[in-house]
Amino acid sequence: MSKALLYDATMCIGCKQCEAACAQQNKLPYDDRVAAESVQSEHKYTVVMTKDDKFMRRLCMHCERPACASVCPVGAFHKTKEGPVVYDVWKCIGCRYCMVACAFAQPKYEWGSLNPRVRKCIMCPDRVVAGKQTACAEICPTGATKFGDRDDLIKEAQDRIRDNPSNYQPRIYGLHEVGGTCVLILSGMNVEEYGYPASAKIGDTPMPEYTGRVMEKIPDFIPVWSLVLGGIYWISHRREEVAAAEGGEKNGSKR
Amino acid sequence: MKIKLTFWRVVFLLIMAMGLYSTFVRYFYGLGAVSNMTDQFPWGLWIGFDCLCGVMLAAGGFCVIGAVYLFNVERLHSVVRPAVLTAFLGYLLFIVGLLFDLGRPWYIWHQLIYMNPHSVMFEVGMCVIAYTTVLFFEFLPNVLERFNLKTPIKWINKIYAVLVVLGILLSTLHQSSLGSLYLIMPSKLHPFWYTPALPFLFFGSAIAVGLAMTIFESTQSAKALGRHLELPVLVELGGALLVALWVNALLRFEDYVHRGMLGQIIKPSYEAYFLWLELTLAFVIPITMLSFKKVRLSPQGLYLASVISLLGFITNRLNVSLTGFETYVGHHYMPKWTEFSVTLMIIAMGFALFGVAVKYLPIFPEEERAVKRSLPSEPEPEVATAVLSHAGD
Ligand code: SF4
Ligand code: SF4
Ligand code: SF4
Repeated sequence: MSKALLYDATMCIGCKQCEAACAQQNKLPYDDRVAAESVQSEHKYTVVMTKDDKFMRRLCMHCERPACASVCPVGAFHKTKEGPVVYDVWKCIGCRYCMVACAFAQPKYEWGSLNPRVRKCIMCPDRVVAGKQTACAEICPTGATKFGDRDDLIKEAQDRIRDNPSNYQPRIYGLHEVGGTCVLILSGMNVEEYGYPASAKIGDTPMPEYTGRVMEKIPDFIPVWSLVLGGIYWISHRREEVAAAEGGEKNGSKR
Repeated sequence: MKIKLTFWRVVFLLIMAMGLYSTFVRYFYGLGAVSNMTDQFPWGLWIGFDCLCGVMLAAGGFCVIGAVYLFNVERLHSVVRPAVLTAFLGYLLFIVGLLFDLGRPWYIWHQLIYMNPHSVMFEVGMCVIAYTTVLFFEFLPNVLERFNLKTPIKWINKIYAVLVVLGILLSTLHQSSLGSLYLIMPSKLHPFWYTPALPFLFFGSAIAVGLAMTIFESTQSAKALGRHLELPVLVELGGALLVALWVNALLRFEDYVHRGMLGQIIKPSYEAYFLWLELTLAFVIPITMLSFKKVRLSPQGLYLASVISLLGFITNRLNVSLTGFETYVGHHYMPKWTEFSVTLMIIAMGFALFGVAVKYLPIFPEEERAVKRSLPSEPEPEVATAVLSHAGD
């Protein structure tokens, strides 16, 4: 069963310890200056944003059907069965299609590097496979970021909304968006106000399906189209041969 | 042999010098230093122009080959070679462009061993590799003829049918797939340009552009080489271009009607201005021009209409790849001068290589062969003066 993270913005106190733990886990620089940065970047996989005394975290959503993995020409991204969407830098050729395709704009790039990598939260796959929590969930002092089985977390989120309906927007962001994600968000405010794409805009259809509808036709298209083209070629050159055989007064000039 | 320093040579040298400087910046300081691309705008001018437009502008090869070998439009025979040459150079330069744009170009060969069949870009990549190979073989006879190597030419002629069919198949696939690249971004690309019909529109525009490009390059090289323009060829191409433009225009219209967008596209907005520019250049002006018989029969008219429609389709690709994302991102993207200079350098290399090739290889038919094939009714003197007056401006 796939693992997931549940982030409950109403429980978050904005201590940014998840940011620090993530940086340490992924060997990224972290100091006061980085802590003050309010956007994700190639050296900041996750960010805690503040707005009117309320907090909101952003990180890769670990989509069930990730766009980043489906578009990558060399398959540098892939969805593990445990849930994390991971990146193999060796395969990457740096086309940045993953960045353009991700509806959550999660992959970031090392623009200043001469051998740049795509960077994003990878959901601590080593820890997850070893049966541990992610670094950010482990350090969270209030349980605002919680690690667990996706199904369990969905149930828990539903319970929280039911028990405290006045605290929450009545939805779990990530439950259905783009076909479901392994990061689930509960919040008192609309997540869209923090830069998350609107549910209505991204929809519930897994992004890869938009391309799949066309791509799946190709295996049939190739033989059919080859036959058609070959047929036309044969017919038009048959004519020429016939014309030539008939004495070729006017070779191939009229049809 | 002494080399004269003409105006265009100076321009060429300047472009190359700036391009080389930018190349240096690109490979010694990275993509961030050479371009205005950011995490919000990961694809810039190099994808929008060098790749999307580059491949589109190289479509003349398969269009002309298709017309001549599938539909027996014998008259176009004389433009097969220049069209194949343009296409071959176009794809080579597209690959050069990729080497600039890819963050890790030294791993470009990974494409061949780590395949992701679900990726449109993988499909485009494979098609481009295969098609460039096909074009190489379609182009090779020029070189072989130059050195009088008869046997290999015979081999190539034997497989020519395969090359023709394969070339058109591969072109159909990747020209349309360039449009499919954007299908996965329904929430990002502006609805003026995001449509499930993108692959069809991209394929359709490739055909129109292929025809326009063939008119453009034959006129251009006739001018440069001081050759006669074969008017009947241009007229044939111009007629086909008019039809192709109509089909494209109807496809676009149909798509907007189908998606209920007509009300929005006539309302002024930032995107609407760019859309209007695109539609005017690609369709309104050239279709109007070509509807006049006088224009369809005049080399300058055909040339002008083609160039305008080319600009229109280039605007279209830039709209799809750049303008269409600005509202989503929330700010504008303007390429850095170093980005422009790399693009210019690649274009200049294209012109230069084309010039060298037509000079040293039998790309254009010998003058006497051309005369033999031309119709008796051909108004040669008129064309010659037209060419002259053209060369003057
Ligand atoms: S949020 Fe973006 S980067 Fe993360 S898994 Fe989904 S598509 Fe990939
Ligand atoms: S940048 Fe790398 S990871 Fe992203 S799509 Fe391209 S090859 Fe794949
Ligand atoms: S899951 Fe791991 S990589 Fe992702 S934000 Fe948390 S600590 Fe960072």
